[in-house]
Amino acid sequence: MADEVKKKKEIIPTRMPMPKQTPEERIRNFDEVALGFTGELAIAEAQRCLQCKKPQCIAGCPVEVDIPGFISRIAEGDFAGGIKVLKEKNALPAVCGRVCPQEEQCEKVCVLGKKMEPVAVGRLERFAADYEASEGKQEFPDIAPKTGRRVAIVGSGPAGITVAADLAVLGHEVVVFEALHDVGGVLMYGIPEFRLPKAIVQREVDYVRKLGADVILDYVVGKTKSMESLLEEFDAVFVGSGAGLPWFLGIPGENLNGVYSANEYLTRVNLMKGYLFPQFDTPIKRPHRVAVVGGGNVAMDSARTALRLGADESHIVYRRSRDELPARIEEVENAEEEGVIFDFLTLPTKCLGNERGWLVGMECLRMELGEPDASGRRKPVPIEGSGFIMEVDAMVAAIGNSPNPLIPRTTKGLTIGRKGNIEADEETGKTSLAGVWAGGDVVTGAATVINAMGAGRKAARSMHEYLTSLESDKKAGS
Amino acid sequence: MPYRIIERRMTVPNIHEFVVEAPNVAASIRPGQFVIVRPTDRGERVPLSVADFDRDKGTVTSLFQEVGESTSKLALLKPGDTIPTYAGPLGGASEIANFGSVMLVAGCFGIGSIFPLARALKEVGNTVWVILEARGQHLIYWEEKLKEYADKLWVITRDGTRGFRGHVSRLPDILSAEGLKPDRVIANGCTFMMKRVTDMTRPLGIMTIVSMNPIMIDGTGMCGVCRLTVGGETKFACVDGPDFNGHLIDWNEFLQRRKTYYEEEVEPLRRSGSGTVHHCRTC
Repeated sequence: MADEVKKKKEIIPTRMPMPKQTPEERIRNFDEVALGFTGELAIAEAQRCLQCKKPQCIAGCPVEVDIPGFISRIAEGDFAGGIKVLKEKNALPAVCGRVCPQEEQCEKVCVLGKKMEPVAVGRLERFAADYEASEGKQEFPDIAPKTGRRVAIVGSGPAGITVAADLAVLGHEVVVFEALHDVGGVLMYGIPEFRLPKAIVQREVDYVRKLGADVILDYVVGKTKSMESLLEEFDAVFVGSGAGLPWFLGIPGENLNGVYSANEYLTRVNLMKGYLFPQFDTPIKRPHRVAVVGGGNVAMDSARTALRLGADESHIVYRRSRDELPARIEEVENAEEEGVIFDFLTLPTKCLGNERGWLVGMECLRMELGEPDASGRRKPVPIEGSGFIMEVDAMVAAIGNSPNPLIPRTTKGLTIGRKGNIEADEETGKTSLAGVWAGGDVVTGAATVINAMGAGRKAARSMHEYLTSLESDKKAGS
Repeated sequence: MPYRIIERRMTVPNIHEFVVEAPNVAASIRPGQFVIVRPTDRGERVPLSVADFDRDKGTVTSLFQEVGESTSKLALLKPGDTIPTYAGPLGGASEIANFGSVMLVAGCFGIGSIFPLARALKEVGNTVWVILEARGQHLIYWEEKLKEYADKLWVITRDGTRGFRGHVSRLPDILSAEGLKPDRVIANGCTFMMKRVTDMTRPLGIMTIVSMNPIMIDGTGMCGVCRLTVGGETKFACVDGPDFNGHLIDWNEFLQRRKTYYEEEVEPLRRSGSGTVHHCRTC
């Protein structure tokens, strides 16, 4: 008791600072911005954790990581122990430590956070995962005996990889079908190198391969093979095909040269390495004044990418104010530090082009915030007569994505929602089609990596129950 | 997962026949669809229309024209070489039904991609007519293959070395000279050529289907770079097409969008004087 009281008095109220590249330095390269804790910083931060008797943080985590558990190991200097605890619940800790919106999840409900700055759970998770990678020794759970059941997973993004890992460990034969020529889905094509190094994504997927999952690239389920055919060859299918259908604003001039969806802009840079053109063949333009329309993580990524491609000015054009920005707070701060210009309460209404079909500007309206809308955020209302022209030579539409329509449109019997999403049970991921589960952005619309993983975890549990309940003579293909 | 090149051969100047072993694609690809290939690990993703397929051998054939960086790399491949990416089938399959009579008009790489259409349309009972258009007779290929399924075949050459002299604007002449009234026209080839065909058929009121070839990256509907305006609405060629009603397309916008990376892709080859770049520069 006396020890605990003493410990509380010694707690440092602020979090350990994350070493970062300076803004001036980092806008000239695509290297990771946050450099990671050193061992000392990690231990110091871990010792801030109160090791609450009734921790709130575990429930705040979509995959229920034993947060006090892994943090206590780090506090003792047992980093290997820390990653072991982490991996019991989270198959992609190096990814989550970097991209989870911890301020909305574990850190939001941290008990320490009531009086001081919450424990930097994300930074510690990242530290533990990176430590394991640098040591070169990977922890593997024991793999259960082969069940003889075969599972097909559509998409190698966070949802698919999580299901693959969970089911492979349980002894099922897992094959992941990926449409693109590289794995990771949004982790590879959407999130930039400076936020999530691609080598890490490769390593996480390799881990899943080492657990016994097979990964086939260039395979477009719904085209290369139909879902019906897949169900004939496999006992169960999980669909994690993501939210790959970009939204455009629907304003005149959006097909001018120089107008991109954020998906196109980021895919050219992240997946196709356009920033290394001409060493890599896919070209990318390097516009001088870029307007990124939107306020989420994708918008921040696009605006910060534009700076790194040499833009003189990179703007975030957002119809609400800073308080309503849905982006991860760390990315907003990073963008501000790097010199991204924020045009709040602004809405483009028209794209203007020159005689050769290239974008030269946008007509915009100023907005003010009215009553809250369905999302709970105050609705932006145009201010009459406030029209003005913003001169830009590139516009990136980063206002959201819908589920990729390939599988919804080509699969009979699959109930699809109003937004083109596959309808799936929230607790089990079951769809209207027997033997088919779904999770992640294809079900919810564009959301987070950790939500996709949470959905994958639940689906894997439900699929395992189903697979083990199948009669032994009901083998695939018989 | 490397894909083996079975054949890569220059069929006529700067147009190459390209046969790849890709059993998954060969098993399901249909006329009108396309594949996306990368010639190297650092390569671009390049869409190629299907010209033939052998489901038993597991091979897919495309015809491509050297027009820039990536097609020049493909043109250097030899049988036995491998490429890192061969994805497909992508896009919608062409509508195959008994329309009555169909006029297929093709030029450049389009001569290859109408072959499986001619075959499929003949197999369901259409009268099949074919017009091949090229700068000169030395650029006409696959004529005998097409004659297997075409009831009649005409050639139009720019330089008059064979057949009708001129370009596809001779189409109405051919129709009236032969007294033909096709129920449908299908045009495959470079953008200018397809646009001209639609200009010819619009006053005649004949449904004309074109196969659009915009810039693409993923080919799965994810990025929107392949968008074009059809009937006043924005469509993605890779998932809503590549076949569209040619009379509804905003051709000027399409031609503009195709020029986006001209500076990066085509200009260096023209300056280096490699001389293999297609004359119209933007198809």
